[in-house]
Amino acid sequence: MFEFSSKTKQLAIALTVVGAILWIVGFALNGSSSNEADHGHSSHATEHHADASHDDHADAGHDDHADAGHDDHADASHDDHGHAGNDDYPGEAHAAMIESALEHDAHAAHEAHQIANRPWSALYVAAIFFLGLGLGQLFFLGIQYVAQAGWSAGLLRVMEAQAFAIVIPLIVILIISFLGFGHVHHMFHWMVEGIDVQGHPNYDAIIAEKTGFLSPLFFSIRAIVYTVGWIWAAKMLRKNSLLSDSGDGVAMWKKNRGVAAAFTVFYAVTSSTSAWDFIMSIDTHWFSTLFGWYTFAGMFVSSFAALILITLYLKGKGHMEWINENHMHDLGKFMFAFSVFWTYLWFSQFMLIWYADIPEEVTYYMQRFDQYKVPFFTMLTLNFLLPVLAVLSRPAKRVPGTVVMAAFFVLVGHYMDHYVMIMPGTVGDHYGFGLLELGAILFFTGLFIIVVLSSLAKAPLLHKNHPMITESKYFQQ
Amino acid sequence: MGHTKHNPIVRALFNDDDVVLDAVKDLRANGFSVSEVYSPFPIHGLDEALGLKRTRLSTAAFFYGLIGLSFASWLTYYTMIADWPQNIGGKPNAYWFINMPSFVPIMFELTVFFAAHLMCWSYFAVNGLYPGAKAQNPDPRTTDDHFLMEVELEGDEAALTAKLQELGALEISKLED
Repeated sequence: MFEFSSKTKQLAIALTVVGAILWIVGFALNGSSSNEADHGHSSHATEHHADASHDDHADAGHDDHADAGHDDHADASHDDHGHAGNDDYPGEAHAAMIESALEHDAHAAHEAHQIANRPWSALYVAAIFFLGLGLGQLFFLGIQYVAQAGWSAGLLRVMEAQAFAIVIPLIVILIISFLGFGHVHHMFHWMVEGIDVQGHPNYDAIIAEKTGFLSPLFFSIRAIVYTVGWIWAAKMLRKNSLLSDSGDGVAMWKKNRGVAAAFTVFYAVTSSTSAWDFIMSIDTHWFSTLFGWYTFAGMFVSSFAALILITLYLKGKGHMEWINENHMHDLGKFMFAFSVFWTYLWFSQFMLIWYADIPEEVTYYMQRFDQYKVPFFTMLTLNFLLPVLAVLSRPAKRVPGTVVMAAFFVLVGHYMDHYVMIMPGTVGDHYGFGLLELGAILFFTGLFIIVVLSSLAKAPLLHKNHPMITESKYFQQ
Repeated sequence: MGHTKHNPIVRALFNDDDVVLDAVKDLRANGFSVSEVYSPFPIHGLDEALGLKRTRLSTAAFFYGLIGLSFASWLTYYTMIADWPQNIGGKPNAYWFINMPSFVPIMFELTVFFAAHLMCWSYFAVNGLYPGAKAQNPDPRTTDDHFLMEVELEGDEAALTAKLQELGALEISKLED
């Protein structure tokens, strides 16, 4: 039986506390001039917009900020900019505001909002990313029962433990989205007051059409349904699996199969709708029909990377001797296959939009391409090229070294993918990687380790009475 | 097919893949040399049990795929950009790379096409399969529901026969070389 050593626990708690402190310090410094130095924004000239006196733009309007090459904003004062820019990305959530009569004030407020959003966005990106690590394995755990898979029986306890990692990120996501209703931040533009009231300065005709779905009440109901449904599935699958150790393995397996079947259907719908709610609604004007699957694929593949790392950690501690290179080979295959699947969906979404070149769609990618070039291309490389080249061959998947390396970079890549999904719509070009982002990652990493390892330590790592446990032990390929 | 040595061959027929697999392991552990197993379907772990070298077909497939990718890149470049520049939907066509996203489906398909086809041809070539090639399996039942094992006879024939019977062989016959 695995023991969660106090040393590891202390380390995990330290990570959580340090992460929280970093985030709070980052929050306090956010928008102040010291922030810029602290966060080391070498190339993204961001915070200076906030400090600079906005009177400077009186005649310049807002066009200067839209200039794609924001790198050269770094030292220059606002006056030096010409009107090179296209208008602010027309599809961006705040376009209507900018076009209002109070053009300049609205723009200044927009800038200030973007800066104020950053701490919340940083926390949100990490929460979504860590939600994926748990949710992917919760779904995979369900699949094992529905598909009557035998090979994975020895791994189920790790998946069960990992599935519980959804709880804390879900709570954080709920809190952040409910804070949006209270206008604490402006990450979700559709939550702004008067967005669907004709004649209101915040009125936005496009969003007003969408308020049937994106209304605070309906959103809250959906968010709570996801939370309750997913956590219920994780709890039930765990409960029956623990009961099987002391009782009838076949009966409990059958029960779990029912739970898993119900959950799979529920998740088929909620994986898409939750992606629309939690991520796609940030860029409220924009939509993509396969966004849900794309988000799911990213979550699924990063959860495999985490599963591989946890399993190898346990093996390194001398546990799970029944898991050998054949099982690791399969996990490597899943990580590889879903990296390719993610790329397929990413590309399907990108190419249709790029090819059709419709203004309201293509702005989504224009902003990412102009302002987020580095993270955008880095994450494509890490999420597609690296897994393909590193774990394509059979021997590479059977050697822990290459798989661990690939898993680590896949995790980094999918964090960046979520970053590129969320940040452009909330902070615009005021992004960076500093105390806030690092703090949020450390915070969730610590909590992830605590949740997963403590639930692993609560039960034996091997199902005693699982009907297919022997098949798993002799699994070979 | 392992017939290069001048040892006579003993053939044993089985009707279960697990039994064959265990028999191969047992025989090889006891110093017999199993030269071939005929089976209607691939048996998991048999290649390792027989001590076969891993196929290099997968490495070849990677390079076949690269050939396909290069061919597709050249094809799209030549037909869409160089020879007769195509303006489809106002997409940029000044040089290949800026129009590359619209060529990705072609590149993907031809990569798969080349890898799959060349792998098949390689497989046929390596195994000597061509139209009109003579069947090499000694017993037609191995294409249905039986498994045939060929063991080289190096010592006592009675001992080997007894061993094979103990391991579950249904029929045992000796092939004089």
